[in-house]
Amino acid sequence: MASRFDVRRQTGFTTIAMICFFALYLPIVTLVVYAFNSGNSIAVWEGVSLRWFYQAWNNSQVVDAAIRSLQIALVAATIATIVATMAALATTRTKPYPGLGFKYAFINQPLMVPEIVTAVALLIFFSRIKIWTGYSGLGYLMAAHTAFCIPFAYLPIRARLESMDLSLETAAADLYATPWKAFRRVTFPLLWPGILAGLMLAFVISLDDVVITEFVKSGGQDTLPTYMLGQFRRFITPEINAISTVFLLISILIVTVFFFISRKKDHE
Amino acid sequence: MPEQPGRSAIEVRGVRKVFGSGESQVAALDTVSVSIRENEFFTLLGPSGCGKTTLLRLIAGFDFPSAGEILLHGQDIAPLPPFRRPVNTVFQNYALFPHMTVAENIGFGLEMLGKPKTEVKARVAEMLKLVKMEALSNRRTSQISGGQQQRVALARALAPQPKVLLLDEPLSALDFKLRKEMQIELKRLQHETGITFIFVTHDQEEALTMSDRIAVMSSGKILQVGTPWDIYDKPAERFVADFIGETNFLTAAISGMGNGKARATLKSGATIDATVAEGFQPKDNATVVVRPEHAKLTSGKGDLSGTVENIVYFGTDTHIHVRLDSSESFTVRQQNTRSAGCGFERGDKVGISIGNDAAQVLRD
Repeated sequence: MASRFDVRRQTGFTTIAMICFFALYLPIVTLVVYAFNSGNSIAVWEGVSLRWFYQAWNNSQVVDAAIRSLQIALVAATIATIVATMAALATTRTKPYPGLGFKYAFINQPLMVPEIVTAVALLIFFSRIKIWTGYSGLGYLMAAHTAFCIPFAYLPIRARLESMDLSLETAAADLYATPWKAFRRVTFPLLWPGILAGLMLAFVISLDDVVITEFVKSGGQDTLPTYMLGQFRRFITPEINAISTVFLLISILIVTVFFFISRKKDHE
Repeated sequence: MPEQPGRSAIEVRGVRKVFGSGESQVAALDTVSVSIRENEFFTLLGPSGCGKTTLLRLIAGFDFPSAGEILLHGQDIAPLPPFRRPVNTVFQNYALFPHMTVAENIGFGLEMLGKPKTEVKARVAEMLKLVKMEALSNRRTSQISGGQQQRVALARALAPQPKVLLLDEPLSALDFKLRKEMQIELKRLQHETGITFIFVTHDQEEALTMSDRIAVMSSGKILQVGTPWDIYDKPAERFVADFIGETNFLTAAISGMGNGKARATLKSGATIDATVAEGFQPKDNATVVVRPEHAKLTSGKGDLSGTVENIVYFGTDTHIHVRLDSSESFTVRQQNTRSAGCGFERGDKVGISIGNDAAQVLRD
């Protein structure tokens, strides 16, 4: 054979790849650029300024929504990751038995049920509870976010557990470690990158959610995405671009931090 | 037979291990009993799937027997979890903790036992010295070679001073030269620590050179337990004779049994003296084994006669394959000298004389 098959040498592939990259990133680049527009339009460029960042920062509705988003994401991602870790341990550190496949499906159910269905179901369910208890705080949003974050946290944790050498845990038990100590000293430190990946993923997913939040939230409980959606019903200014840009930066930051943490772990 | 207290480190009594359930049930161990003495280098030898690793895992506590008892110094440990057994394991893949240093790996067992820090430190230093790894104590286990990982795995398992050390084919991942070195190293460690070693291998040469006693296993059963000499020279069954070293099988009529000896009349008509395997049930025709180096080729008449079929030169010795007149095949191993060839050629009519103490009658 003359040469190995290399996708880069096939005619047209480079062009297709370029088009895809442009389609993905051009709108985002435009959005970021117009965040720095000094004019009132999101389409007509008038000059560079930080005006809209400044305005967003001083808009108490934006700041409140952002804080609310972070609160919900933090609580939901943390609880979801703890639950997902336990679920992953229970489903991987066991001998296969009939019904295990069903449990995988059950845990991943939020990925398969259309989000709008879950949203409507939660709306009805929570409104009953609201009537019974009179409570109408952020708890509902946190609970809902926790529920749909679990499968996202579960996937990387389970993948990590499945790729782990089981004889390490056996060796720990052989060396007098009780199951709890073996988990704390061997399984957990090796699982940590997976847990972190799950946490980050869950955090970003929660931060990003619109559909379920829109249905579950009470009055005055806008998160950043639902606030932005609400703004589109009115006059749009580059303030939206500025908020989106900050949002984007936070996401990139999270992904970068995670990338370096996981890389460091792998090189040890 | 009355129990001799304190003499055996591990006593396996009627242990069965069944995997699966219903129709797909497989007996990995079929009612195995064996007694392993204190300070002994004991080897479980057999081909893959014979149950040797299963037996090791039962002693370690990674699996639990379906039936039977496992006694450690007279106490039944079969129901205990692994972390309650004063028994440590050297794993086939070493299973070193990748997130810990060499020293942390070695100290892990002692730490789990709740030993004070100063004691752990002292013992780790002692262990590092024992396996000659002092210089690398702060390395990660991924930064050391396979042979060094092997030493760390040994040190880690020996550090808590277990009553019994289990070794699951620990040398199989090493190259030939390193394996030879580690064989000597293991014998030294066993001698210096005085700990009972139970060693699992499929390598018969390794078993013969290292062990005080060997148990040969096949299909979930222990076929024979004995010293390397016993196993090699007095195999009890065809499987044992065949698995360990090269050998010749001959059919013979047995007469004059007594005192562990018998007269065996070969198909050639010659009658030779033979030792008889334990548990031999008197019958008309039995199998007699003769090791190739215990027979001598002559140009005259011997106990057997035949034609030279093939001659293979091995450096230290020459193997001469003979087709006997009874149509059985027979191999003779002859020590080489520098000055002359083996003295025979293909097609030669030859006789084979079997020494006085060369033949063993098998029980199956």
